[in-house]
Amino acid sequence: MDPTFLKTIFGRLTIDSLPIHEPIVVATFVAVVIGGIGVLGLLTYFKLWGYLWKEWFTSVDHKKVGIMYMVLAIVMLLRGFADAIMMRGQQAMAFGANEGYLNAHHYDQVFTAHGVIMIFFVAMPLVTGLMNYVIPLQIGARDVSFPYLNNFSFWMTAAGAVIIMMSLFIGEFARTGWLAFPPLSGLDYSPDVGVDYYIWALQVAGVGTTLSGINLVVTIIKMRAPGMTMMKLPVFCWTSLCTNILIVASFPVLTATLVLLSLDRYVGTNFFTNQAGGNPMMYFNLIWIWGHPEVYILILPAFGIFSEVTSTFSGKRLFGYTSMVYATVVITILSYLVWLHHFFTMGSGASVNSFFGITTMVISIPTGAKIFNWLFTMYRGKIRFELPMMWTISFMLTFTVGGMTGVLLAVPPADFVLHNSLFLVAHFHNVIIGGVLFGAFAGINYWWPKAFGYTLDKKWGLVSFWCWSIGFWVAFGPLYVLGLMGITRRLRHFDDPSLQIWFIIAAIGAAIIAVGIGAFLMQIFVSVRNREALRDTTGDPWGGRTMEWSTSSPPPHYNFAFTPVVHDLDAWSDMKARGYERPVEGYRPIHMPKSTGTGVILAGISIAFAFGMIWYIWWLAAISFAAIVGVSIFHSFNYDRDYYIPADEVLHEEGERTRLLALPAGVGSHN
Amino acid sequence: MSSSTLSSDPAQKATFYLAEEEAHDHGGMGGTALGFWIYLMSDCLIFAVLFATYGVLGTAYAGGPTPREIFELPLVALNTSMLLLSSITYGFAMLAMERGAQRETQGWLAITGLFGLAFLSIELYEFANLIHEGATPQRSAFLSAFFTLVGTHGLHVTFGIIWLVTLMVQVSRRGLIQENKRRLLCLSMFWHFLDVVWIGVFTFVYLLGVLR
Amino acid sequence: MPHLPPVASAARVLKGRWAPLALLALLPGCNMVVMNPSGDVALQQRDLILISVGLMLLIVIPVMVATVVFAWRYRAGNKDAAYDPDFDHSTMLELGIWSAPLLIIIFLGAVTWSSTHLLDPYRPIDRLKAGQPLKAGVKPLEVQVVALDWKWLFIYPELGIATVNELAAPVDRPITFRITASSVMNSFYIPALAGQIYAMPGMETKLHAVLNEPGTFDGIAAHYSGAGFSDMKFKMLGMDQSGFAQWVERVKADPRRLDASIYTRLEKPTEKVPVIRFATVEDGLFGKIVNRCVEPGKPCMSDMMGHDRRGGGDPHSMRPGSGSPPVNDAAPMHGDKAEGALLKDPGEKGTSPHQSKERLPGSPGNAAPGNERNRDMTALDPRSTIPHARAAGAADRA
Repeated sequence: MDPTFLKTIFGRLTIDSLPIHEPIVVATFVAVVIGGIGVLGLLTYFKLWGYLWKEWFTSVDHKKVGIMYMVLAIVMLLRGFADAIMMRGQQAMAFGANEGYLNAHHYDQVFTAHGVIMIFFVAMPLVTGLMNYVIPLQIGARDVSFPYLNNFSFWMTAAGAVIIMMSLFIGEFARTGWLAFPPLSGLDYSPDVGVDYYIWALQVAGVGTTLSGINLVVTIIKMRAPGMTMMKLPVFCWTSLCTNILIVASFPVLTATLVLLSLDRYVGTNFFTNQAGGNPMMYFNLIWIWGHPEVYILILPAFGIFSEVTSTFSGKRLFGYTSMVYATVVITILSYLVWLHHFFTMGSGASVNSFFGITTMVISIPTGAKIFNWLFTMYRGKIRFELPMMWTISFMLTFTVGGMTGVLLAVPPADFVLHNSLFLVAHFHNVIIGGVLFGAFAGINYWWPKAFGYTLDKKWGLVSFWCWSIGFWVAFGPLYVLGLMGITRRLRHFDDPSLQIWFIIAAIGAAIIAVGIGAFLMQIFVSVRNREALRDTTGDPWGGRTMEWSTSSPPPHYNFAFTPVVHDLDAWSDMKARGYERPVEGYRPIHMPKSTGTGVILAGISIAFAFGMIWYIWWLAAISFAAIVGVSIFHSFNYDRDYYIPADEVLHEEGERTRLLALPAGVGSHN
Repeated sequence: MSSSTLSSDPAQKATFYLAEEEAHDHGGMGGTALGFWIYLMSDCLIFAVLFATYGVLGTAYAGGPTPREIFELPLVALNTSMLLLSSITYGFAMLAMERGAQRETQGWLAITGLFGLAFLSIELYEFANLIHEGATPQRSAFLSAFFTLVGTHGLHVTFGIIWLVTLMVQVSRRGLIQENKRRLLCLSMFWHFLDVVWIGVFTFVYLLGVLR
Repeated sequence: MPHLPPVASAARVLKGRWAPLALLALLPGCNMVVMNPSGDVALQQRDLILISVGLMLLIVIPVMVATVVFAWRYRAGNKDAAYDPDFDHSTMLELGIWSAPLLIIIFLGAVTWSSTHLLDPYRPIDRLKAGQPLKAGVKPLEVQVVALDWKWLFIYPELGIATVNELAAPVDRPITFRITASSVMNSFYIPALAGQIYAMPGMETKLHAVLNEPGTFDGIAAHYSGAGFSDMKFKMLGMDQSGFAQWVERVKADPRRLDASIYTRLEKPTEKVPVIRFATVEDGLFGKIVNRCVEPGKPCMSDMMGHDRRGGGDPHSMRPGSGSPPVNDAAPMHGDKAEGALLKDPGEKGTSPHQSKERLPGSPGNAAPGNERNRDMTALDPRSTIPHARAAGAADRA
């Protein structure tokens, strides 16, 4: 066959692009195929396709979208963690004559994929999922402002994840590190598909993230229940508001930066090349102008979760609500003034470096204030050590150390000796695992009964908790030490045998964390199995303080039969304290948005578009792009986007809840 | 709108819900306008990055052509006037829409689209000329930044025109109903936003480029 | 020099107080080079780490203790503890919790400001070690550093010699590093000597340092730079004056010489490169590397930027093209840049194999040192392509 013709059809995709000579990948592929066929078979056997499509995939219900985000995050966590285990294994064995089991090609992809997946497809969906689920319930709304957009955002994020997973089996992923710094990521030094996979996965997911950010900002500003002024907004909503403002104000920078990088790769422009006036340092600046706010995008919702949890389980109002809010806002603003601390070593002048160093330290002031606020919320409280509270205390102990090493790294001359070292790796895992992930686990344990109507199993939850809390230090303590021994990150092989013991300890730590993840999955499995015993009929298993606990668990599709009116910060506490009685009659039809499959379809076409661009299959890219525009236009011709839930149906649902509430208190409930 | 009172003691017990309501405007005007504003601001940031990039690379000619050699100010002035006029005609369309004059609205929208097309054609003519002269985006970082900034704006105008045509069809099919009015308002914000960005491009890229 | 005496003295006091911490950090049995360096700059950076950590522990330790104490004392089961569900505000407490971190950050900020200026890598060394200022007239040893794929080239312009993956320097003599890279970003780091600084293509960064103890120290690439990154390291030999002189003599006795054509071969991606020594170096080679014009016929970046600055011509003329050469006469584009994917003909799209596999027998390797695929996985020994005889360079060009 004529090679030109073949290349027109298939671009640079050839049979060689498949990893047939790579036993690890082939084994993974086989496992995924078998597992995939199994899942698909089961779905078909139990005739679940229609249910999934109708009730989940096309649903615009913020609660279902939120849960789908969480599922995506947990699936991707397994992938990202598999990468982590591979790295730990390689570094624990590759000493002296032993080259380990991963060659440079594979290893470099593994650490790149690990970073990209953990940030974009684990941490981001975790916080977005929790925000999606909780915000409308906390502010007394029936959905987000733009429900269809919400569904679309989720599917674009999922499409990004699909693109990154494709790179495992078709071609390869980037070998550049998670931020793909040029010139290494330019066409001259990375001519293969890896960086293109990276670019398009992030671009597609970035569309979803940005739109979801816009959506949630508008939701919080416009859809609050009557009486809920901004200073009566639950703290989680405040931190989410700031996070989403950060998303809206930083993801476009990422998008634009990646566009410039793709122009360098696809058109041959000279933004970040070594030639013709290109400036690779500009990429460092641009990507970190997005990248630093990104870490606050992740941590702020976690701060919100800890605030809610501390206050609920201490049985107290949150200490210093006002200063908590101001601290959050200050962090939001300051997060734009610190990006240069990621490259003090690039040789900016001393004045520039110390400016950015000091602004970075200044962030620790509001963050410190937050920690104190949680402390004094516990002070004179009645602390119940349920799982969410335990995660919170573990967070406070872990995160403080991470914050301290972070401020240390903000001192430029200290950064000169610690930059890019394993000390840095330990630091950011300390804040991301100790902050974001612990926060997500606290949030999952806290809100699970709201989402599903039964609490999570405590025994397996404790196993997971201790494995994570201890495993973290076993895994990353040695990395702090190694950093002080002058060991750089991303090394695949070492000569000095005296280092090996530290890497072995770190690998053991990773194994403990693996047990923690397993226990978490087990916790879910056991809880689903024992759901009748763990059932919570009250809708308020923890003695909650905010409005999501006023609904049934799980909340009805429309969240609130009547729009609540808010008088106090802890609205639900206030309602309980003042003898609120649930209305049982007078229901009216409720106006709700309709489901739509457009989000799934557009995301699917986006995958095809990205695939075409990655593999230089121009016809596919062109057709898919035209199809994206066409489907969007077609969708805009659909004016029939909402419907009314009849009053009868509301009456039925609410009657069911009345019946449950009338059951003897505590039946099947957790406490 | 009455709120249900559940208690015999109103001083102690406040109202905790609205019994009758249409308080939540799903996708109502307020929410959509705010959302679209926020979207425009995020788009504005994309342009901000491109402007900043142009600011950094704008003098990196790499021995190649400089702005003064390649920019034809008269042509750009003509182009600018096309876009400014299209903004004015869009304003007329909105005025007609407020009056409920559907045919008039459609007429002004069509004129707006034609001005937009004229703008695009002139821009493409300019690009074609530059590339023909050898001033391609690959030639130097300055040209890369120039083509990207101006081209991104052009791409926005292109989508604006596609959107405009779509809306004209929708207005002709359903008339000036609430949804269509909302859409026309969003497009109006988009269109004026592009105008503002273009004024930045014209000043910062073309005028300053020629002066430099 | 602009010392900030109050801060510096306070720092000294703190250092004294937190000396036990330093011991704690030096876990037995492992060589924490960052905590126990051999150069004055790195030593000051170590002190700074200890001071900062000490300062922060002032607040971190009480917070962590309070977390545990509060959690235990106010547990639901403890009936003795006070319970005050409405305690949610106290102006004094809030003042305290904002001002305590603020005070520490003010102090740490002052330390940061002064130390960042004192330890600026661009600032020439003014002391050999604490209490031993630099004597007037001592000229620092200049070393030009080039991060290549994946080895380090060191050029000693005063001595006219060059080495690959071996850096030698006399102790107690300041060293001025001028650093660049040939292809991608890297970072030049000798933990025992001083902090790192990026090595960037087309740009020059500087680092001033001084070594105080003889010995052999690790030098590393501290910024990921591609497949051969892991083995891109070198040894730094710290020697006394006579030892250094002997080392220089040994290098000068090597048959190899480094000129532009040899450099272009050396520049090709190779990994695990053993030490190579060059007895002579072409004049101005480093400048050409920085300006990316080692290959004959390539315009230097400095010239191009000069041309750009002149390109404005007469700033007041509105006539198109005044003061500038016509477009098509301008210096040509470099020929070696990869073409944008969209501009390629279908036949030129190439393939993108899954390359995690080990090198295949047919991979280019030494047979084609310039091949792009060598960036993926190479174990070329560049010595095999570098002529040994002193005249070989000339013969090669012919």
